[in-house]
Parts: sequence; structure tokens; C-alpha cells
Amino acid sequence: MSPLRSERELSALNPSLMAAGFRQMLPIAAFVLVFGAAYGVAAQQKGVSAGWALAMSAFVFAGAAQFAVLDLWGPELSMLTLALTVLAINARHLLMGASLFPWLRHLPGWQRYGAMVLASDSNWAMTLQAMAKGSPGLGVLVGGGLALWVFWMLGTAMGLMFGGLIADPRVLGLDMVMACFLLAMATAGLTSWRTLCIWGVAGATALVVDAWLGHNLHVVAGAIAGGGLGLLWKEPGDDA
Amino acid sequence: MTPEVSHWLALGVLLVMAVVTLITRWGGVWLMSWVPIGARVRRFIGAMSSSVLVALLAPLAFKGDASVRLALLATLVTMALMKKPLPAIALGLVVAAAYRGLA
Repeated sequence: MSPLRSERELSALNPSLMAAGFRQMLPIAAFVLVFGAAYGVAAQQKGVSAGWALAMSAFVFAGAAQFAVLDLWGPELSMLTLALTVLAINARHLLMGASLFPWLRHLPGWQRYGAMVLASDSNWAMTLQAMAKGSPGLGVLVGGGLALWVFWMLGTAMGLMFGGLIADPRVLGLDMVMACFLLAMATAGLTSWRTLCIWGVAGATALVVDAWLGHNLHVVAGAIAGGGLGLLWKEPGDDA
Repeated sequence: MTPEVSHWLALGVLLVMAVVTLITRWGGVWLMSWVPIGARVRRFIGAMSSSVLVALLAPLAFKGDASVRLALLATLVTMALMKKPLPAIALGLVVAAAYRGLA
């Protein structure tokens, strides 16, 4: 069997593969329910109305970006800062799409881009895992993505309801949900001294810009500074 | 509680977030059908994706009171030891609540 042929076979995508992917994702989706609830509580505290918070979860479907935007939320919010912050946080999706291209390219355009609509960290990782084991993985990208989306929505709704019942969120530490969530997401990627140095530069840049320039520019400035150091500092095994 | 955000502004935020996020989900696949993403671009994106979170958190930790710092520290240490986000976040909240209850 030629590699091309097997790649084409692995790119199979049909309702039964999607249903299997949906079921395969359920244990992880249960955690997403809790994260979604955390988002609902945090959105409630920021004064985001329930309808908008649910719409964010439905149409954006990107936890870290949604939490981060709560930090920027307010009448003075700048659309440029917003767009750049969301772009910086979600730029990792570009790498996910690129890494799945070898299989997605065998699909017709609408399926190729349709499959990516629900791409996020865990269903992407499970897709790559399946492909590496030689079993068709796009079912878990789409079906698993749908499971994540359903539970993210349910969780958001639960959080909004629960959040409304709490008189003083600070007493329960609930005002820390956003910061602790983002810190946990960031720390999951801490794998090397290289990453730690990149974060040092990003954090220091953010503090300096926040102190002297303000206007939420610190987020974008820190992201670019960290990204720039990452570009210059090769990882083991890189040629370019 | 932050001041009221108008519905038009909220709609704008939703649209910008949804469109930018969709572009990132589609862009990688689209780009690869023209030109492969090289190691340098990959390193820039990889470093930037987590740097943006650190950049967001640094001033929060710097300006926050002791309960904020202790909560973040609890999350950080739990993540380092267990690599599990859910207990790490939960412990962060518990520490903040406990400190405020005692202080």
C-alpha cells in the first residue's frame, strides 16, 4: 500500500465515525462542563448578560480567548486590542489546521473547512493520536468537537444560573476563576527552560507596558515579545 | 461589577471574536494548500500562544492583593505537581476564599 493511499483511507469521514468520536470524547467533555460553568460564573461577575455569554460560547467556542476577553470587558474596550488578543491566543489553531492538512486535503472543500469549525485542543490531539495509530481520526475531530461544544454550552448555562444565586462571589474565591483558569491553561504548556524564558520576557514586557502605556496594550506587547524570542530561539531538532 | 456595556458593543465583540477565531481555525489548512508553514513561523506561533496568557496574568498578579497572589501560587504549584487543571483551579479558589475568611 502506498503512503498516499493509506493517507486517503485515514481521511475517511462519515456519520458512524462521527458518532464514535462523540462517544469517545464524553469523558473529557464532562470536564468541559465544569470549565463551561466556570466561564458562566466569571461572565456573570463581569456583568456580561446571559444571552451574550451563551452566544460567545456558541459562536466563539474557545475557552482561553473567552476568559481573556472577560478581562478586557468594559465600555472602553478597543476592537483592535480585542482582535489582536483573540488572534494571539487562538493562533495555535493555525498550527492545528496545518498539522491535519495531510488528511484534510483529501476531502472536498466544504468538508475540509467544515471539519475545522469545531477544532479545539483536545479533539485535535485525539485526532492526531488516532492517525498515528493508523485509525481514521477525523470522526473524533468532528464528533468529538460536537461533544465538547454541547457540554461547553450546557456548562456555560449552568454557570450563569449558579452565578446569579451567589450574593458575594469574593467570599467563595469565585472572582479568581478567570485568572486561575488562564494560569492553569498556560502552565499546561510549560515543558522546558526555553518556554520559561519566553514567559519571563512576555511577563516582564507586559508589566512594563502596563505601567507606562496602559490601554490593555500589555497583552499584545507581551505576546509579540514572547513570540519573537520563540522565533529566534531554536528548539532541539529544528533546522531553520 | 464593571460598568454597563451596550448591546451594540457586545455584538461587535461577539462578531470580532467569532470571525477572528474562525480565521485561525481555517487559516492553517488554507495556508498549507499554498505554502507549508515553516519552523520559524511555527516557533513564533507556539511561543506567542502561551505568552499572551502570561502577559495577561502578570499585571493581575503584580497588582493583586495577597489573596490573589496566594490563589495564583496555589494553582501554579498544583499544576506543576499534578498537571491537572481542574484541581489546580479549584485549589486556587479555595485558597483565595480561605485567606479572605481568615484575614
